[in-house]
Amino acid sequence: MSPNIVALLPEYILTIVGVLIMLAEPLLPPGVSRKPLGWLAILGTLGAGFAGWYQLHLGTITAFSNSIQIDAFSVFFHLLISAIVLVTLLISLDYFEGNASHSGEYFALIVFSAVGMMLMTCATELLVVFVGLEISSIATYIMCGFRKGSAAGAESSIKYFLLGSFATAFFLYGIALAFGATGSTSIAAIAQGLGTTTTPRMAFLALAMILIGLGFKVSAAPFHVWTPDVYQGAPSPIVGFMSTAPKAAAFAVLLRITFSAFGSMEHRWAVLLWILAALSMTVGNLGALLQRDVKRMLAYSSIAHAGYILVAFTALRADGIAAACFYTASYAAMQIGAFAVITQVTGYNEQIRTTDDYTGLGLRRPILAAFLALFLISLIGIPFTGGFFGKFYVFSAAIHANHVWLAVIGLLNSGVACFYYLRLLVALYSRPVTETAQPTEGRSLSIPAGVGLTLAAAATLVLGILPGHFLNLAQRASASTQSAPVPAAARVVISQQ
Amino acid sequence: MNIDHSILTILILVPLAGAILLALLPDKGKLMQWGALAITLITFLLTLHLPFHYDYGAASGTFQFATNVPWITSPAIRYHLGVDGLSMWLVVLTGILAPLGVLVSWRAIDTRKKTFYVLFLLQQVAMIGVFVSLDLFLYYGFWELSLIPMTLLIATFGRTENRRRAAIKFFLYAFIPSAILLVGILWLYARTGTFDLPRLTQLAAAHSISGNSSALWLCSLAFLVAFAVKVPVFPLHGWLSDAVSEAPTAAVMVLAGKLGLYSILRFSFSIFPEQSHRIAPLMLALGAIGIVYGALLALVQKDLKRLAAYATLSAVAFIVLGIFSFTISGLDGGIFHILSESLSGAAFFMLLGILYERYGTYDMREYGGLAGKLPWMVTMFVITTLSLVGLPMLNGFVGEFLILSGSMQSVFAHHMVWTVLATTGVILSASYMLWMIQRVFYGDLGIKSENVKGWDLDAREHLAMWPLVILFLIMGVSSPIWLRAIDAAGTRIAATQSSQASTETQTLQAQPHVQITRASASTEAK
Repeated sequence: MSPNIVALLPEYILTIVGVLIMLAEPLLPPGVSRKPLGWLAILGTLGAGFAGWYQLHLGTITAFSNSIQIDAFSVFFHLLISAIVLVTLLISLDYFEGNASHSGEYFALIVFSAVGMMLMTCATELLVVFVGLEISSIATYIMCGFRKGSAAGAESSIKYFLLGSFATAFFLYGIALAFGATGSTSIAAIAQGLGTTTTPRMAFLALAMILIGLGFKVSAAPFHVWTPDVYQGAPSPIVGFMSTAPKAAAFAVLLRITFSAFGSMEHRWAVLLWILAALSMTVGNLGALLQRDVKRMLAYSSIAHAGYILVAFTALRADGIAAACFYTASYAAMQIGAFAVITQVTGYNEQIRTTDDYTGLGLRRPILAAFLALFLISLIGIPFTGGFFGKFYVFSAAIHANHVWLAVIGLLNSGVACFYYLRLLVALYSRPVTETAQPTEGRSLSIPAGVGLTLAAAATLVLGILPGHFLNLAQRASASTQSAPVPAAARVVISQQ
Repeated sequence: MNIDHSILTILILVPLAGAILLALLPDKGKLMQWGALAITLITFLLTLHLPFHYDYGAASGTFQFATNVPWITSPAIRYHLGVDGLSMWLVVLTGILAPLGVLVSWRAIDTRKKTFYVLFLLQQVAMIGVFVSLDLFLYYGFWELSLIPMTLLIATFGRTENRRRAAIKFFLYAFIPSAILLVGILWLYARTGTFDLPRLTQLAAAHSISGNSSALWLCSLAFLVAFAVKVPVFPLHGWLSDAVSEAPTAAVMVLAGKLGLYSILRFSFSIFPEQSHRIAPLMLALGAIGIVYGALLALVQKDLKRLAAYATLSAVAFIVLGIFSFTISGLDGGIFHILSESLSGAAFFMLLGILYERYGTYDMREYGGLAGKLPWMVTMFVITTLSLVGLPMLNGFVGEFLILSGSMQSVFAHHMVWTVLATTGVILSASYMLWMIQRVFYGDLGIKSENVKGWDLDAREHLAMWPLVILFLIMGVSSPIWLRAIDAAGTRIAATQSSQASTETQTLQAQPHVQITRASASTEAK
């Protein structure tokens, strides 16, 4: 097969499925269940996952005139994004049942957004990254406002759209500056050009702009202000999705850009990322401490988790990339799991919002409460869960690179974090004032949602107890970015610097 | 297959499998109770394998029943389990307290039994895991894991409306220092490339962990503070009284200081011998202050549970005093006292729980004159109290005696002052305990004793109490059974410490201590 076909196989599959869903949607009469379209999307995602698995065994492939590179790193993120999309689809199959007529587009949008993210993770050309970023972002902007008639949803969508456009503009500006400084927008060529550029300041400015753009996408402080409002208004399954998949993709791009393109400037950007990491962890956790609304609390906590991942960027190259990859995956498992439970508990109307509303959930819906407890325990970072091992790995990478104080800040932060997670956890299992207060809305757990939850829970536990295989994959991913296609001549120049 | 190599894994897996099984079974009260009792009894019987197959003549410093297999290759984490004289009895102790805890919760826990017993079994898993782990990563895993069931037990089964706050307070007090402990562990790993405790001990003995003494010093503090909060050492005890007064009886029986004290002995002393030695004068002072402070607070309590909490604070401070004296008798006495205090404390909390079941209050002012009505209960109370205050022939005395004689011989400055101060604790503890007995059981009938009809110990409660009472006697009369294994561990710790000490005298003094230990132990035997 031509490399141009093999390289983007998962993207092709998902695009075809997405288009099919869009075409089928108007053919179904109004009022008929859109679930079959959802199943089609699930099949497509499974296909994309298998395609990614197939790519894993092919080694490094470059395609489309070196603007796409498939290696262990991109496959890692392809698989991760497929898994996130799969769980999202499973938990949202029943979400719109009987509530909205447009749910067919919903499945197509998720799939399209995944295409954009996958494109981002395998692009080695910044303009292709930009295209991927826009594809994924526009789909997410729409999905935020998918609960029609909800003012909060509309606000969320508009806010995300406006601020997101600013961020992508910054990103584009960064690309333009990088082009100005080095004469190219290809990652390998930028790395090469940095050695010979006469305008290193412009190159650094380019990186700073790119950092702003991507910092917005991963909601790192101080570019985080949109996060709580947008998460609060968006439908719960979408929040689960948008707080994991686009972040994973953005982190993948950030890793490639910082370590591969601007690797020779590490001493300069590491300081910036140190500050961003410390700030994100602190702002996120202190913000979450003040929240009563569970979705807002998890929004702030996701800012903090972005900070933990950024800690990995300040570590030594090999350790840092593997740690960031691993943390991204374990964060995705627990975060999407938590939102899956919230989706089930609150239902479409989202009447149950605050921590107090969750009081006694363990009595009324023991299985859901047990799942949520597991995800919260993992978010706190208790051992034998993915959250702990991720944190352990990130901070040990940082300490290995002698950033002991950043690790101290980070772990003190996780002490603060456990306070608000624990408030929810304890609420789940403590007795409500009256046993019948706050009847839970939402149907009983459907089979697809149960499967989705079980997948997330299993991933959370496996990543904590038997992380071996996954670590191996993360380390392979890390190794493959180190053999980025930097021409030999450029390497010499860099090493002489 | 030789069971010796897998017994420790089995000890972790049996309660874990039991917890999972109970979680899957339908929530029927009787089923949960009997299931939990069966699982904890099986675990206890399995723990008995350890003392019967332990090689008491083995060289000190070796770990027995060891399992050591790679778990995660990079970072190098191993599934390394093993016990020595220090941890073996603690595992057995955890084993015996669990079925007694189930028995005493039989009636006290009347709703949501499934949640209760699942959490209780998980707590046991975590505790056994802590005692047998020899890989720092694995150890940290169980250490953190032990927080979750306890927090949920307090939050779910707490006595008053204050339970949520008490649970979160308990968790935060333990978790934040543990986060710093994790930094310490990671720092050690970055310097040495291993989490393996025996390997780290070797490196520490050869002074080759790190040349940066201030970093090493900070790292040792990270360890010590995390452990000291868990003990709790005065002034880090803020969580104790709330947690103890809220937690259900069975949970509180396993709550007290064991984990923290064990961790100090195992990790702080092995990895940071020099630093532990240098901080010893401070710890001795805190121990002595803690003894008196806890006792004085206990003296003024009106709530029985709070009295017991402060009595615990005083008792663990005794152990801190003993182990930081770094003499063999101090260490032996400290380790022995951990066991003895856990048993007596557990019995005391059980009795308080039993009393609460009947009268629904812990307020001492509402009691009075119960002795005539409940003869068995008062007998048990008095025996337990005497064991707690250290009556000769009972378990409390051996530890207290060894600790005081050890701290008296300690080479550290001001040791006499601290020992003298600590000795007043003995008198104070006798005062508050006996005064408590007097107020609850003797004198005029109180409001509750008069109005609420109580019944004496029933068969189940007898079954829960008698093993402990028998153990009080056995431990008090034939302490060498335990001290045989403990002494090897104590001697080893004292030896590493004395090799760290710059003064020659410490090494020279070590010899007579052994004789004192043995002598005092055999006095007990007679």
